[in-house]
Order: sequence, then structure tokens, then C-alpha cells
Amino acid sequence: MFVRLQAEPFDPGAETNAFLAERADTGALATFVGNVRSSPDALVDTLTLEHYPALAQKQIEQFAAEAATRFHLADIGVIHRFGTLRRGEVIVMVLALAAHRQAAFDGANYVMDWLKTDAPFWKSEKGPEGTSWVSAKSSDAAAKQKWEK
Amino acid sequence: MKILYFAWLRERLNRGEDQFDVPDDIKTVGDLMSWISNNDEAAALAFSDRRLIRVAIDERLVDHDAQIAGAATIAFFPPMTGG
Repeated sequence: MFVRLQAEPFDPGAETNAFLAERADTGALATFVGNVRSSPDALVDTLTLEHYPALAQKQIEQFAAEAATRFHLADIGVIHRFGTLRRGEVIVMVLALAAHRQAAFDGANYVMDWLKTDAPFWKSEKGPEGTSWVSAKSSDAAAKQKWEK
Repeated sequence: MKILYFAWLRERLNRGEDQFDVPDDIKTVGDLMSWISNNDEAAALAFSDRRLIRVAIDERLVDHDAQIAGAATIAFFPPMTGG
């Protein structure tokens, strides 16, 4: 298991290959990649992620460990950037490795759902209208509830 | 006791950190928010809607009724927007 918080950009393809290199015989790898979104009616030039480093590391390690136990993952990795990113840049990547596809999908999904609402990052978007903090979405709070036993 | 502020809380307070000697009768996170607000107009405004305030004591997420005795660092921040 690894959890990496970093300011530097990373290449999701290279990360995938490196992750798989030693364990391609495990069967199923699900990866999720989240990018800085911009659309014509909500233009974003840059996204700045502020974070609370020690707590962010601890929280994401906890979600990854929970996912590994719950879905019997062979391995899991999470990379999350902080600092200022341009539109289209990769913010986050989750890699979940398991014997079968459902566990791999569920593992990545679980980590993302918790990370959205319980990992201490705060986004502010800069676009033509200026800079504003991104509000937490109630749909994100609802998404994590599906994992309650 | 070290207090940390993040995101728009930090902006509204115009600082990311405080160092306080908190009186013994301030028992909970909620008490602490009131105590900070009593001494500081910007804080009173920043803390005015308590539903928007999340808290961590020594790098653990807690509720507003959590006890603060023995805490080294308490962090206040808005709802998180990771991912």
C-alpha cells in the first residue's frame, strides 16, 4: 500500500505500469484518475488545493487500509496532488488491485468516496470571474453513505 | 495550545495559526470556538455558522462536543473538498 501527497505532476500511465509491473498475475486492476475540470459555462484556469499534510496522509492511509481489508485487495495506491494545478491536470489517482474486477472497482470507489468528504483538502478555483472556494457537495456526502454497513 | 486554520477560515482570520493559553473552564471544541470568538471580531464572524466548521484534535477528526483537555494542536476548517 502507498499513499503519496505531492506538489509535482505525475504520469498516470507510468504509475499504472509501475504498480502492475510486479503483480500483473493478480488478475484485476481498477484505476481512477481525477482531473481539474473546466467547462464552457464554468471556466477554470487553475485550481489550488490547500491541505493539512499530516491529517491528509493519515486519513487517506486509513481509507486505503479499510478498502484493502473490506474488499480483500492485493494492493492499493493513492496519489494526491496539492498546490496550484492548471485545467486538465491530474489531481488524484487511485489504483486498486484484486483477484477479481468487482473488488478492484469497489476498492477504488470506496477510497474516492471517503477522500472527497473526509480528506483535508480545500479547492479554490480561478477563472475569468475571479477566485472562489469550491463548496462541499451534498452528493459527495451521500455517496459515502452507501458504504455504511 | 496551537490552533490551526485552513481555507476560507484562514483567509477570514488573516492568519493560519494561533498559540493560546486556554483557560481550564474551556472544556470542549464548541467552548473553544466561543472563547476565541469572544476575543476576536473576525473569528466571531468566521465561526458564526458552526455547521460549516470541521475540527481535528491532534490530527483526528472530532465533533464539536469533543473534550480538548490535553490537546496539543486543534485545527479548524471548512467542509473538505478532496479528490
